[in-house]
Amino acid sequence: MGFVSAASYTRNRGRLPPEARAVARRERDNIYHSFVGRYFGSHLWAMVSTLGQFWRTPFSSLMTSLVLGVALALPTGLYVLLDNTRQLTGVWDDSAQITVFLDESLQDVERTALIDTISQHEHVSGVTFISKEQALSEFKQMSGLGDAIEVLGENPLPPVLIITPLFQGFTPEVAQSLIAYLKTLPRISAVQMDLQWVKRLNGLLDIGQYGLYLFAAFLGIAILVVVGNTIRLIIQNKRQEIVVTKLIGGTDAFIRRPFLYWGVWFGLGGGAVAWLLVTATVWTLRGPVSQLASLYNAQYLLQYLGLIPGITMLSAGIILGLGGAWLSVGRHLREIEPR
Amino acid sequence: MIEFTNVVKRYPGGYEALSNLSFHVAPAEMVFLTGHSGAGKSTLLKLIALIERATRGHILVDRSNLGQMSRRNIPHFRRSMGIVFQNHNLLFDRSVFDNVALPLIITGVRNREIGRRVRAALDKVGLLGKEKHLPIALSTGEQQRVGIARAVVNRPKLLLADEPTGNLDPELSAEIMGIFQDFNSIGTTVMVATHDVAIIDKFPFRVLKLGQSRLISDSGSEQRH
Repeated sequence: MGFVSAASYTRNRGRLPPEARAVARRERDNIYHSFVGRYFGSHLWAMVSTLGQFWRTPFSSLMTSLVLGVALALPTGLYVLLDNTRQLTGVWDDSAQITVFLDESLQDVERTALIDTISQHEHVSGVTFISKEQALSEFKQMSGLGDAIEVLGENPLPPVLIITPLFQGFTPEVAQSLIAYLKTLPRISAVQMDLQWVKRLNGLLDIGQYGLYLFAAFLGIAILVVVGNTIRLIIQNKRQEIVVTKLIGGTDAFIRRPFLYWGVWFGLGGGAVAWLLVTATVWTLRGPVSQLASLYNAQYLLQYLGLIPGITMLSAGIILGLGGAWLSVGRHLREIEPR
Repeated sequence: MIEFTNVVKRYPGGYEALSNLSFHVAPAEMVFLTGHSGAGKSTLLKLIALIERATRGHILVDRSNLGQMSRRNIPHFRRSMGIVFQNHNLLFDRSVFDNVALPLIITGVRNREIGRRVRAALDKVGLLGKEKHLPIALSTGEQQRVGIARAVVNRPKLLLADEPTGNLDPELSAEIMGIFQDFNSIGTTVMVATHDVAIIDKFPFRVLKLGQSRLISDSGSEQRH
């Protein structure tokens, strides 16, 4: 025989003397990639060849990426909006203060001890004492009802402690437990905090969060369908190539691989487009939002899509692209057989 | 190399393309398969390449029983043979080089070796200077030779050709047959399906003649026994 094929090498292996076996093995290693090399080599081949086709058909590639980009940008944009709103609730300092009304009979020493105790609580950042007199003058200033108070003859306002909680991790639940704790302390007549609006806002944000998940799930399905359909069209266009590859011994995995990479490229392209869209939107809205904030005497800069959420979105795009391709390839590749 | 024992191929609807066919082709033999169109030549080749499966009977190819081969093993089985098609089956968006290299890429041959082997195969069919051309820029005869180069680049033990000279003039046909003869002389088993009597007469090889789904003559069976 004038040549040694891999098949005959494998078949004759058992019958060859060791030296000849070593020669045959060396020859095979010169010709063929190792198993691992073959695996990565064929991946690299599929990756590069599909990427080349992706670039060579820029219009259709861009159209598909654009559709996926919009589908990814919608939930991501909603996420950025929610994230910014949560940041905004950080500007709630004032209303998060807790007012503790003290017993009128409380002595100075007792009061100092009480302030000490409260200051040591893990969620308290500061305690301010406002005496009856201070409270009265403040009230007169703020309400303009000073004359009406004068009529009463004596000061009806109790001494109070104003407690500023630690902003870090101060959720409505923590606030509730802090209030409960304060109520257990001796010689305190009442504890007050306006939690209602914080709860409502958080409730709204929670609904927004669930809405985001649902929204993302629906658009994820849309992406699967779009990628699946695009891959189906590519498979139809490459019918001849698939048939020929099957005829000359290409395995299903070998034939499937390029189409899966198509899905990955579409997902990646869509993710990149989505990132651009979201960034452009935030950039456009930044000026108007800052202006609006300044009308409320506040400083606020709209936040861009963060690195971690951005990478999460890109990964979601890639996974959805791959998934769509997988579904499509599984359905359509088996139908194509040589006749 | 190829052994058919009482092979029947019946298509859905009852049409029997091959009935009770038995023959044997030895390793390194070259055989013409002939008969008028519809006699079952293509069906026979499709059974050998496992493009279709026999309805009844046994087919052994290179000691593999095709009836027992699972779908999963078909690709590996096909790598041991080269197939030349009447319509060439080339990929028209790839260069001649890429077309011929495809079987090697599938088997995982190293790049350096791919270049060497593709050029050797193209040299053998006389197309060495045209490796960068697209198939569309070649004549029909040249396209057929690209198809042959692709079929032999993997150094198969078995070469199947289905009407390889169907669209070619007599001179080109003889040239293509000459190429097959060269491969046969280095030990490749070759089976050529053709209805071109002029070609068959020109070469001294065994002829299997099919007619009405049966083997009606076998010029070489006496030599073998």
